[in-house]
Amino acid sequence: MVWKITLFIILAFVSIAGIAFPIVPVPHTWYEFPLIPGLKENAKIIFFHVPTAWLSVVAFLMSTIYSIQYLRKKNLDDDAKSYAASQLGIIFCILATVTGAVWAKFAWGSFWSWDPRQTSIFALLLIYGAWFALRSSIESEEKRATLSAVYSIIAFLTVPFFVFIMPRIMLGLHPGAEEVVNGKVVASSSPVINFKMNGNMLLVFFLSLIGFTILYFWMWSIGYRSILLKEKINKQSITY
Amino acid sequence: MVGKTYALYRKDYHSELRTRYAVNSLAMFIIVAISVILFSIGNEQITQSLTSGLFWVVIFFSAMSGLARAFVSEEERGTSLLLHLIAAPSTIFSGKLLFNLILVFCMNIIIAVLYTALFDAFIIRNFALFAVSFILGNIGLAVASTIIAAIISKAGAKGTLYPVLSFPILLPLILTSVQLTLYSNQGSSFADAKFELAIVLCYDVIMLTGSFMLFDFVWKD
Repeated sequence: MVWKITLFIILAFVSIAGIAFPIVPVPHTWYEFPLIPGLKENAKIIFFHVPTAWLSVVAFLMSTIYSIQYLRKKNLDDDAKSYAASQLGIIFCILATVTGAVWAKFAWGSFWSWDPRQTSIFALLLIYGAWFALRSSIESEEKRATLSAVYSIIAFLTVPFFVFIMPRIMLGLHPGAEEVVNGKVVASSSPVINFKMNGNMLLVFFLSLIGFTILYFWMWSIGYRSILLKEKINKQSITY
Repeated sequence: MVGKTYALYRKDYHSELRTRYAVNSLAMFIIVAISVILFSIGNEQITQSLTSGLFWVVIFFSAMSGLARAFVSEEERGTSLLLHLIAAPSTIFSGKLLFNLILVFCMNIIIAVLYTALFDAFIIRNFALFAVSFILGNIGLAVASTIIAAIISKAGAKGTLYPVLSFPILLPLILTSVQLTLYSNQGSSFADAKFELAIVLCYDVIMLTGSFMLFDFVWKD
């Protein structure tokens, strides 16, 4: 109960602070954010877009871990956990893609420009889509669990390519992107790409990450328990 | 194991020669795909980067139309149980992989020859670089499509699912290979392309290891 109230307070604070705190050139009080040249009010998306992208990756990682667990122990509960994680993952992945595209329209001038980060979130979306398509095509429970676990592990093998390698061979626009100068990877010189957050901005940002992560784990535990209960009820109604 | 792998390959080769289904449909598919591209281009002058992209579009879709046969045919004819009895999973995977590798190589050599003949912008200026990237790219393509084909065959051979499942897995390989083909068309040296070559090599090794480890789970019901 205590952590639910804490979560409520954190998310309420993050929503109010992230939307309502003003952005001024020189911050004087604790509730003012500094101006980032070229981004202005657009910078506030970081409090909501980054947690969704983070959670879509966390969900993918959890789905893979429970897939490995399933292949080792052959316990269908692990499959339910992996399924619940992916269900949330695809929701957060769509949210991250849409919020990112809307932000890009205002910051870069177009909704989509095949930045490395956009390419990787698109690949993640495709992987989730393919995973659910695969699951819906198989009738037998054990077979579905095994095949989707194998696919999820194979898909996870491509993650290093998107995270570490794509940004080096494609041009980056996304904040945090790196530039290759004389064959060396360095932080970008543009203020929009390589911007620094000050103390209170970082505080709101990390509170937002923590709040959304707690929210994710809560939703995930409700999700997989409801899947398990549904299966139990199905089995009982068959026996009677 | 090597002997059994070769025997499995010979079995696939002979059953393929009897009907020539995969080879014929693949050859026709390549011709159809390339002529569609040529018709849509018309008299336009297209750039080298677009040509190397289109090269991999044809390769991807040809692979998707032909490579699923290896495992799907076993399920269709109901011979997968027999394979269970006579060989270990890794041997079966090696046999199927060998067959698919040879199919991919034949297919892509034909596509490359047709592209050089039909597209003005597709001129291979650094042949050694093209050959190395071509061999590495084909190995990656064959490995990833073979393990996905195994998954598809167990999922009840849903034909439309195959490209859907393969595309996200093949995406890093295709993006890098397009870049490498562009380099070899521009006549860049090996030093310029060493990073991309390393990516494709890593991809091949990771996928080969992952497929051999995971195939046991797919194959045993």
